Formats: sequence, structure tokens, C-alpha cells
Amino acid sequence: MSILAYNGGCVVAMRGKDCVAIATDHRFGVQAQTISTDFKKVFHIAPRMFLGLTGLQTDILTVRDRLMFRKNIYETKENREMAPKPFSAMLSNFLYEHRFGPYFIEPVVAGLDPKTLKPFICNMDLIGCPNEPDDFVVAGTCAEQLYGMCETLWRPDLEPDQLFEVIAQSMVNAFDRDAMSGWGATVYIIEADKITERSLKTRMD
Amino acid sequence: MYMDSARDVPSGGFNFDNCRRNAALLQGGFKPPTTTKTGTTIVGIIYKDGVILGADTRATEGPIVSDKNCAKIHYLADNIYCCGAGTAADTETTTDLISSQLELHRLNTERQVPVVCANNMLKQMLFRYQGHISAALVLGGVDKYGPHIYCIHPHGSADKLPYATMGSGSLAAMAVFESRWKPDLSEEEGKVLVRDAIASGIFNDLGSGSNVDLCVIRKDSTEYLRNYELANKKGERQLNYSFKKGSTPILHTTIKDLQITERVHVVPMEIS
Repeated sequence: MSILAYNGGCVVAMRGKDCVAIATDHRFGVQAQTISTDFKKVFHIAPRMFLGLTGLQTDILTVRDRLMFRKNIYETKENREMAPKPFSAMLSNFLYEHRFGPYFIEPVVAGLDPKTLKPFICNMDLIGCPNEPDDFVVAGTCAEQLYGMCETLWRPDLEPDQLFEVIAQSMVNAFDRDAMSGWGATVYIIEADKITERSLKTRMD
Repeated sequence: MYMDSARDVPSGGFNFDNCRRNAALLQGGFKPPTTTKTGTTIVGIIYKDGVILGADTRATEGPIVSDKNCAKIHYLADNIYCCGAGTAADTETTTDLISSQLELHRLNTERQVPVVCANNMLKQMLFRYQGHISAALVLGGVDKYGPHIYCIHPHGSADKLPYATMGSGSLAAMAVFESRWKPDLSEEEGKVLVRDAIASGIFNDLGSGSNVDLCVIRKDSTEYLRNYELANKKGERQLNYSFKKGSTPILHTTIKDLQITERVHVVPMEIS
């Protein structure tokens, strides 16, 4: 088993029309044993930006803290809000610094640019190779299932309501086929004027 | 908790803090994680007026295609581009790093940087890391000495060739070159040849796929033809598979309104 699958969990982000969505499951386990069902892997790090981290839980928390530190330094120095694109570049650099002793995480960044309000999604491997497609990004133990679900359900220019259904159904049906993920899910829809957080009713087995 | 990160002021260079911990974790029988690789077919040829570089656009994580349309032809300088195969993060950062060093070199010398200089910088860097940075590169460019193609291997060896291929699809692509490359091809012939070489990688090698990217570098112009050919178009969806609103059961919803206030203060200009 890969060390990335030690604690289980998954994150997916999708681009919509003038909005983005990011979803996370709630499981934190140690291999087959579930420890907690309220561990959200998605963090609200700027007014319109979320960071999702899957992989080894200890590294999720460490990387989140270290990134917040660097982001805060940037924002203090520059006296402006950090946009998703520079944040991803910073994250990529941070992960590549640890090229030969990596953090066991796979990050996903989703947000709207604070100035232009353009949707942005991005994911990386554990040493920071960035990938910025214009449809969706996935990470976690059920990445394969998520690729399948997203590839069939996603289509361009989804409105926020439709985007929610697409991302929620993709997520729920993908992790129902994965023992290591699930136990509740949360979907965040990021729009220019509001962020909607919805907790989903899912199978708890 | 946040105080604890204060020692993490970035210092530059690689950080080996996690190495011992990771070795201990992996000793417990866990497999090391897979990184994104560009299985890749990358090629470069010299033609009559310059060079043509070509690449496919697939990135893989093990058997999973993680990016269907990634760019593998990287910018080094206005007259030099570089295709990368191997670990995707390595090719990306190596070319970025050398690109910035070349720009500094250009500003210092006030001359267009020759291709051989990029070749030396890349191979010296790769040799320094003894193959641990797994970047296999096809470097191409035109300078005052003419057109050049270099093939750089991850351990730091380099060959200067009239036509080169790299990556898992290199055999498929080289077969095309060996049978059809000749000196002084025209630009159109060159483009078709490179396109055919990449296509043979795309269709015969599992590590390569999706589209064809080209980059034509002439004596005083460069043309980056991203997605020159969409070799694999996705099928049109015949039916609508959308879910009705409300089909996902929701436990609770919280809406956070972002308070956006925009005020424009008109400051009257002082007119004396």
C-alpha cells in the first residue's frame, strides 16, 4: 500500500461558469480502522480560495501550517490578497524544495482570482508538478473512480446549482466504491459574492 | 502552532528534513508514492532554416492519465526551447531554472545566448545531481552559429545530433526519422515529419498520447504551435446526464456572503 493511502480520503474540484466547486470527504482513518468522521481536508485560506490536501494526515496539517506562514508573509510584504495562481506557484515551489524528502500529500487548489474573478483550479503530485486543466481535478485514494465520474458528468459552463449536483454525485458515487474514503462529505461552491457550504448525507459504512 | 513554523523561512535549495522520517516510513512496508511522469515522445530535427521541436501532451501517474493536455515544450530563451521527458516536476523546474539563468547571462553579456550555453548549463546541473533529477531533454535552438539539436540524458551526458528523440516513445519516433529524415528539408516537410514521428509515439506507445505540440525556431523568429493537431478528440455526448436540482440529499447548508462594498471617491482636482 502506498503511504499516501495510509489515512484515506479524497478531494475533487471543478470549474463552472463564473464559479468553482471543491468537495471533500470526512474520513480520517489509520489503514482500515476509522478514527474520526469529521476531518475535512479542505481549508478556507483566502476569501475566495480553498486548499484541499489529501494523503498522510500529519503532513496535511504540517503543509497547511507552513503554507499559511508563507502566504501570510507574502500578504504582509505585498499588502494585497494572494490570488490562486501565485499561491499554486508558491505551493509548487514549496513541494519541490522537498523533492528528495517529500511531504506525502496531493494538493488541490480552487478559487476565484480576487481581481478578475476568473475561476481557477489546480492540482499537483507530491513533488509539486502543477496541472491546471479547464475542467476538473481530483486527488486521494479514489482518484481513479473520481476521474471516471467527473469525465462523464462534467460539462462546460455549469451554473452553481448544477455544478453542485455534478460534483456531489461524482464525489458520493466515487467514494462509495472506495473503502478508504467517505463517511460524509462537504461541498463548497465559490461564487463572486458568496460561498455556499453544503454537508451531504452519505452512506456511513 | 503557527509560531512553530517561524523557523520555516525559505532559505533556497533543496530541503532534506523529511528524508530520515520518510525512509523509516517506507521501511514499514509501504510503497513509495508515484510521481507524475511524462512517459512521452519528444523529438527535434534540424531543417533548412532552423529547428522543429515536437512533443505529445500526455502526463501519467502509473497507469492513470493525470493530464491529457500538458505542455512539454518549455521556453528557455527567445531562440531556444526545450522538450522534457521523465519526472514532470523535474523537467518543469529544471527548464525554469536554466531559463532564468540564461536570461541573466544574456543581460550580463548583452548578446543572444548560444544554444551550446544552454546545453552546458543543463548537463552540468543534471550531472551535479548524479541522475537523481530525472529529466531527459531534447534541446533545440538557432543562434549565429546555425541550428542545433542536443539530446541531454538524466545523468548529464549530451549528444549533438541532426535529429533526436527521447522518452518512452523514442523508438517509435526514431523509426520515422531513420526512414524519412534527410538534410535540408523544407519547413512544410519538416513539420509533417515531426508530426508523423510524434503521432507514431502517440499511437504506438502507452506512455504518450493526446495531441501534437510543435515549435518551429527559425533564424529570427519562433512559432510555438500548441496543439498543432488534436489527434484524439473526445466523442460528443449524445444524451444529457444531468441530475435534477435537489437529487443529492443535503444535511445542512451555510451560505457565507462575502461583504463586498465598492465605493468610488471622486477627489476634485485642484485647478489654480
